[in-house]
Amino acid sequence: MPWTQVSYQYDGSFAGFLTCVFESYVNHEEPVEFRLPDDPCCSLYPLRAVASDRDHARRVYRSLSAKFGGAGQKLVARGFLTCLPDRELWLWRLIQKGYRQGAAVTRDLTDPVVDKVNKAVYHLEHEAHLYTGFVRFSDLEGVLVGEIEPKNRVLPLLRPHFCGRYSQERFVLHDRTHQEALVHQPGRWAILPAQDFQMGPAGETELAYRRLWRSFYDTIAIEGRYNPKCRMTHMPKRYWGTMTEFQNDDGNARQGLPSETKTRPRP
Amino acid sequence: MELLDKLNILADAAKYDAACTSSGLDRAGRPGAIGSTTMAGCCHSFSADGRCVSLLKVLMTNFCVYDCQYCVNRRSNDVPRAAFSPRELCELTMGFYRRNYIEGLFLSSAVIQNPDHTTELMIQTLRLLREEYRFGGYIHAKAIPGADPLLTRRLGLLADRLSVNIELPSSPSLALLAPDKKKEAILAPMKQIRDGIAVSQEELKVYRHAPRFAPAGQSTQMIVGATPESDRQILTMTQNLYDKFHLKRVFYSAYMPVSSSPLLPAPQDFQPPLLREHRLYQADWLLRYYHFRAEEILDESQPDLDPRLDPKCCWALRHLEFFPVEVNRADYEALLRVPGLGVRSAHRILTARRVGPLTFEGLKRLGVVLKRAQYFLTCSGRMMEGLRVREDGLLRHLVSLESPALAAPMPEQLSLFDHAV
Repeated sequence: MPWTQVSYQYDGSFAGFLTCVFESYVNHEEPVEFRLPDDPCCSLYPLRAVASDRDHARRVYRSLSAKFGGAGQKLVARGFLTCLPDRELWLWRLIQKGYRQGAAVTRDLTDPVVDKVNKAVYHLEHEAHLYTGFVRFSDLEGVLVGEIEPKNRVLPLLRPHFCGRYSQERFVLHDRTHQEALVHQPGRWAILPAQDFQMGPAGETELAYRRLWRSFYDTIAIEGRYNPKCRMTHMPKRYWGTMTEFQNDDGNARQGLPSETKTRPRP
Repeated sequence: MELLDKLNILADAAKYDAACTSSGLDRAGRPGAIGSTTMAGCCHSFSADGRCVSLLKVLMTNFCVYDCQYCVNRRSNDVPRAAFSPRELCELTMGFYRRNYIEGLFLSSAVIQNPDHTTELMIQTLRLLREEYRFGGYIHAKAIPGADPLLTRRLGLLADRLSVNIELPSSPSLALLAPDKKKEAILAPMKQIRDGIAVSQEELKVYRHAPRFAPAGQSTQMIVGATPESDRQILTMTQNLYDKFHLKRVFYSAYMPVSSSPLLPAPQDFQPPLLREHRLYQADWLLRYYHFRAEEILDESQPDLDPRLDPKCCWALRHLEFFPVEVNRADYEALLRVPGLGVRSAHRILTARRVGPLTFEGLKRLGVVLKRAQYFLTCSGRMMEGLRVREDGLLRHLVSLESPALAAPMPEQLSLFDHAV
């Protein structure tokens, strides 16, 4: 007997999504879309609101590693952090396929569903890797504060890197796109929702270091090898908005490319 | 002198060093210390010339007793001179590192007074950084040829990677352009570092806390285009360095006209051989990751790399008897030889074909560059459908695929063809 097609409404959390998977198997329902409570409601399919249930979610999460291995479990967990359109639907298809095929699903790289999720996760991991380098902190009265504008939710992936590296520092890393912040003090960390985040004004030392860095950045380029296209390939312009070397002291974008504004002091 | 001016002078003097990698070592952050390193390294920015900025690349000082013709810091050159004090440099490094501007420090130096004194200054800085500031980030230090081996050893215990610049690809060129440097003097510290690393690795197997000597290995760099060596000589030398000295990387630096010495190419309308440098790096990758040997890539009848095509394509065109490769059967080494297939896609093929036979459609999903690979592959015994290129047209076809990428961004590179062909 074919499964009934329904539209699931859940709270947007990973546990909520796993509960939906649980419900779909218990009630023999096939989700055709996932929606959040505040999405405008207009759908031809019957709507089912699913409340997060930690126990059910945990059961599904454990089954993932049991049925298709640690790699498959990680793929689903990371897939949920991506910016893939309809990611819940793709993940549901992946889980369904995994339950049927077992661990082979993570090796079936040419399958459209696996490929879609794999590419999205690659995008997430690549973006997180770039951000480990492109994040810029400002020292505001002893607390390091940084801001990023990622497409994917990279904070959980950046967390071990920065908490390990700056284990003795207090820092805040704000994600503008998803309105959340990673907060760290020695020995403790948390990822919290943060609306209306505003960076405080920079002090004299901070401004001096920014000036030093900009000057170093401009000096290190060799004029005879000027190659703006290569730079943009490695560091697309969407990252420039939060990077110190592309901003003036007042926080606005610098006029012209650094190589054009190049000055070399001759004392 | 202001710190800003010093930084400008000493970064400007260091920028011609090509190496700026922070790779080769995984070290987690430790409680009580600041900093960590990752195996793959991390780029923190890209400068206007498209090169990665990952380390604070500066000289300790640019006062130099040598007079190497190709070098911007040579004694006879009239440039502003400056020197960092160890404390200044440590403060600067920590200030940048805390703000996540950099992955660590790249410390080189011109030779002030003599090699021993220079190395001592560098050791002083690194010791301060490691012991007082508890810095656990990446440090790349230049070993100074001619320094006492004991000093080089101490430098290697503080730094993660050591490098000695081989400067020019042959000893006659070295004698001509850098009369103060001898081939033996350059190779001696390289040998010492190689042996030091080997001993340290053996000791670490027995004692977990044995001192780590240059744990991220050693590298070197040479200048390309200032002297008349062929690509074949350069590649053979590179291969020897990888085989005999176990280097992690060899860097090539296209010669930039920084001097008007009569021994060097005239600085007027000299174009740095950027395309040649690019092809050399491609060949270097073939040596390190694709199981190629230098003799396969270039031989006596063909001493230089073809600027129009990448070295792997060139090899494939000369060895058509090796192809087509059957995707569903071929082993890893054979897959790596196919143009358009890289390390990543070869691994993906190995994984994916365990589930079922691969098709051209599937290969596209795996990220194989079919526009090049299609001529050299079969899937289950069949070539790509609708593919009609004869052997003699293949070269023209592949060249025309590559040419837009070469012509568009850097029009000056096209003029290199006229010189090379």
